[in-house]
Amino acid sequence: MAKKPIGTPMRRTDALTKASGAEKYLSDMHFDGMLYARMVRSGIPRGTITDISLPPLPDGYRFITYKDIPAGGNNELVMIKKDYRCFAEKDVRYVGETIGLLVGPDRSVLVDLLEQISVSYEEQVPAVTIDEGLACKGGAFVGENNLFCDFTIHKGDIDAVLADAHRIFEDEIITGWQEHVHLETNAALVMPDGDKFVVYASAQCPFYVRKSIAGLLNRPYEDIVVRQTTTGGAFGGKEHFPDVLAGPLLVAANVIKKPIQLVFDRHEDGAYSVKRHPSRTRFKTALDEQGNILGMDIDVVYNAGGYESCSYVVLQRGVFHATGVYNIPASRVRGRAVATNTFPSDAFRGFGAPQTLFAVETHLCHIAAALGVDPLALKSKYFLRQGDPTVTNGHVFEKVVIPEMLDQVLQASGYKQKVAEYKRGSGKGIGISFYNHGGAFTGNGEQMIIKAKARLHKRADGFVEILVGSTEMGQGLQTAFTKIVADTLGIDEDKVLYPNPDTANVADSGPTVASRSTMIVGKILEGAALKMKERWNESEDFFTEDEYKHPEGHPWDQVTFQGDAYIAYGWGVCAVEVEVDPLTFEVVTKGIWSSHDIGVPIDELVVHGQINGGIIQSLGYAAMEKLDFHPKKGFKQVGLSDYIIPTSMDFPSQGASLVHNPYPYGPSGAKGMGELVFNGASAAFIDAVSRAVDKDIRAIPIPPETLTELMA
Amino acid sequence: MTRDIQFVLNGKDVAITCDPLKRLLDVLRDDFGLFGTKEACGEGECGACSVLKDSKIITTCMVPMGSVQGCEIMTIEGLRETARGKCIIEAFADGGAVQCGFCIPGMVIAAESLLASNPEPSEEDIRLGISGNLCRCTGYDLIVESIRLAAKRGNGLW
Repeated sequence: MAKKPIGTPMRRTDALTKASGAEKYLSDMHFDGMLYARMVRSGIPRGTITDISLPPLPDGYRFITYKDIPAGGNNELVMIKKDYRCFAEKDVRYVGETIGLLVGPDRSVLVDLLEQISVSYEEQVPAVTIDEGLACKGGAFVGENNLFCDFTIHKGDIDAVLADAHRIFEDEIITGWQEHVHLETNAALVMPDGDKFVVYASAQCPFYVRKSIAGLLNRPYEDIVVRQTTTGGAFGGKEHFPDVLAGPLLVAANVIKKPIQLVFDRHEDGAYSVKRHPSRTRFKTALDEQGNILGMDIDVVYNAGGYESCSYVVLQRGVFHATGVYNIPASRVRGRAVATNTFPSDAFRGFGAPQTLFAVETHLCHIAAALGVDPLALKSKYFLRQGDPTVTNGHVFEKVVIPEMLDQVLQASGYKQKVAEYKRGSGKGIGISFYNHGGAFTGNGEQMIIKAKARLHKRADGFVEILVGSTEMGQGLQTAFTKIVADTLGIDEDKVLYPNPDTANVADSGPTVASRSTMIVGKILEGAALKMKERWNESEDFFTEDEYKHPEGHPWDQVTFQGDAYIAYGWGVCAVEVEVDPLTFEVVTKGIWSSHDIGVPIDELVVHGQINGGIIQSLGYAAMEKLDFHPKKGFKQVGLSDYIIPTSMDFPSQGASLVHNPYPYGPSGAKGMGELVFNGASAAFIDAVSRAVDKDIRAIPIPPETLTELMA
Repeated sequence: MTRDIQFVLNGKDVAITCDPLKRLLDVLRDDFGLFGTKEACGEGECGACSVLKDSKIITTCMVPMGSVQGCEIMTIEGLRETARGKCIIEAFADGGAVQCGFCIPGMVIAAESLLASNPEPSEEDIRLGISGNLCRCTGYDLIVESIRLAAKRGNGLW
C-alpha cells in the first residue's frame, strides 16, 4: 500500500477531550489550600505613588508588594531587556501597572477588599499617542527622547533617487491597537513544592517564564518548574505576558507558602493586558515620468507603551517587511519604537509585519489610484523573484510562486471581471493583497540565540514521547509534531504522546513564537526520530536528542541588519469583495479568496483552520476591532460587549488554496504559516472598501461610523 | 440570604442552598465540579458558558440561581453521554472544528440547540444558530462544516 502523504488530515490529538469539555484549563485546576489573587494596579497613566491605604485585612488575606521580594532578589521581569518591573515601587508608567497582589481564600471577599484599597498619587502629564511620545510630552521617561530603539536600513542610494524623481508620492498609514481576545483569559498558578516552586501557566513559552521570574527570588532557573496548562488561545498575547502574572504570584507564594491562582476576568484582560502595537508609517515614494517606482523612503513608528518588552524585535520584523513582496530598487526604512504612558504593546500574530505590510499594500493602492491604473497591474511589476535582493540586501532563496497563487485567486474570485464591472464609487468593490512572512527568528537568531533542542523518549511500553518546550495553544502543534514523528518512525500516530511541556523534563526547543515551531522544531524532531529509528529494536527504553542546524549560505549581521533577515518566507495572496451601504456605510463582505505557499502542509485540515482563523482575525483588525484610549483611564473597550470581534455572521465562508513549494530544510518540506495568514486580508479588505466608495483610506480600523465620518 | 433550590442537572435531581443571585455558571463549576462550562466574557456575549435550560440555550454567566428552581439543566458533561452529543462531538473532531477548544463545549451546546429545532439546517441557519458563540481561532468555517456533518450523520437523531 502506498504511503499516504503527510498532509492527509488526521483527527487532531486534542479534539475529543476539548469538544467533550473534559480538557482542563488553568481555571479548572484546584489544589488543597489553594488561595486566589487579584491584582492591585495603577489607576493613573503617569505619576508617583504617595500612599497606599488598605482596609483591615481579615485573617488569611495578604497584600503583596515589591517589599516582599526577598534580599538578593530583583524587582524585574527579564523578558528581553531588564526594563520591566514586577511591581511598581514609586513611579507608575501606565494605567494598569502592577502595584501589588491581594491574596486570600475567598474570591468575593477579595473583590470587596479590592474596592476598599485606595492609592494616592502625585500625577504627571502623560504622553499617550505616537506624536505625544515623540514630542516627549510631560518630559521623556525613557532615555532622553522616549525611544526604545531607532535604526535605519538602506538599499541603494535613496537620497539620489528622491533628488532625481519626476514625482514624489507622500503618504501616511495608521493602524490601531488590537486585542488578542484569546477566549481563555490570562491565568497562572504558583505553588511551593519542597525547596522549589511549580508554576502552572496558560503560556506559549514555559522557558521564558522561568527565565523571567527566577531572579525575583534570586534562584537558579531549575528551582522554578514551569508546567504549561492547556492554553485556550494565545496569538502572541501569552508570549511574554504570563510573566506579569507569574512574577507577583511567585513572590506571594514564597511569602505565603500556599498554592495561589490568578485568573483574569474578561474586563481585566481587556483593560490590563498587552496589545498589538499601533503604528504610523510614512512614505516618500519616488516615481519616474511613466509612473515606475524608483525608490521608497519609509519612516515607521510603533507605539510601544510603558516598557520595551519585545518591541525592538517586533519593530525589526516590521522594518524588514516594509517593502512587502516587492523588489523596490532603492529604499531606506527607519524604525522607531516610542515609549508612551499606555499599556505595553507586545507580540501579536504577525509580530510587527502586519502593520508595515498593510501600510505598503495600501500605499501602493493609493499610487495606483492616483495614476489611474488597477492596483494589481502596478503591484505585479515589482513582485520579488528567486535571487532578487531583499530590503536588507540579502536574497530570496526560494522559488517565489506568487504568479501561481495569483492565478488561483484570480480564477476563484473572478477578480478581473469584477474590476471591470464594479466602477469606483459604485458601492461594490473587490480588493487584492500580497504578503509574506519570514519564518522563524530573524537572521541567525535560531543559531546564535535560541539553539533549540528536541528530545524523544522511546518507552518500554512501546510509546514514543515528544519532550520539547513547544506548546499547543490551539494552532495544532501537537497534531503536527505527532505526525512528523510518527511518519519518520513509520509507526501509528496513536503510539506517539506529546504531553504539555514541563521545564523539568523537556528539552528547550525555544519559544512557541515566530511561526518557527513546525519549520524549525519539527525538523529537529525529525532528526531525533531518525536517530531513534536506527535504535528502534533496543529492548530498554532510551532517549534521542537532536539540535538545530543552520543552513549554510545565509550571511547576517545583527548590528547593521544586513544580509538574509530570514532564510525562508511563507507567501500569500488574498482577494476580498465587499458591498457598502450608501447611507449607513455598513460594509458587507461578499467573498474571501486566498492562496498560500507554506511549503508543504503537515495537515491539510489544520492548515485550513489556520487560514480561516487568521484571515478572519485580520478582517476584524481592519473592519471592526476598534480600541479607543482615554488619556487618563486607558482602554475604553474592555469587554466583549464593547470590543467587537467577528461573529459567525460577519464574514462569508472562504475559498482557500495552497501552492506546494517544498522547503528543503523543513520537515517534509514545511515552512511556517501561523502568522502569514494574518498578514494580508486587512489590506485586501481596505482596498475593496476604498474602491467601493472611491476614497483613499489611511487608517484602520474603519467601522461604519468611522467610514461615515470619512465620507462626510 | 440563601435559598434552597432544586433542579435537574444532567438527568439527576439535585439541590443546593445558595444565594439566589449566585450565577448558575459558578454553581456548575464550583459546587458541582462541572468544568466543561467555561467562563470567557462574564457578560453574556461569547457563549462559552452555554448550557441547555429546559432544552433552550442560555448563557450561565447571566442566569441567577433563583431562576433555575425546578428547571432541567443539561451541560456538556450531560450532553456528551447522549447519542446526539456524541454525534456532534465526533463531527467536530473529524471536521476540524476544534483549535484551542475554549469555546467548543459552548459551540457543541449551540449545535444541539440548533439541530433540535432544525435538523437540516442551511449554512445560513447554522451561522445564525452559532452567532451567540464567539470563536477567535477558526473563523467559524470548519465549525459550520462540522455541524453540517453532524446533521448529515445524525440522520433521524434530531
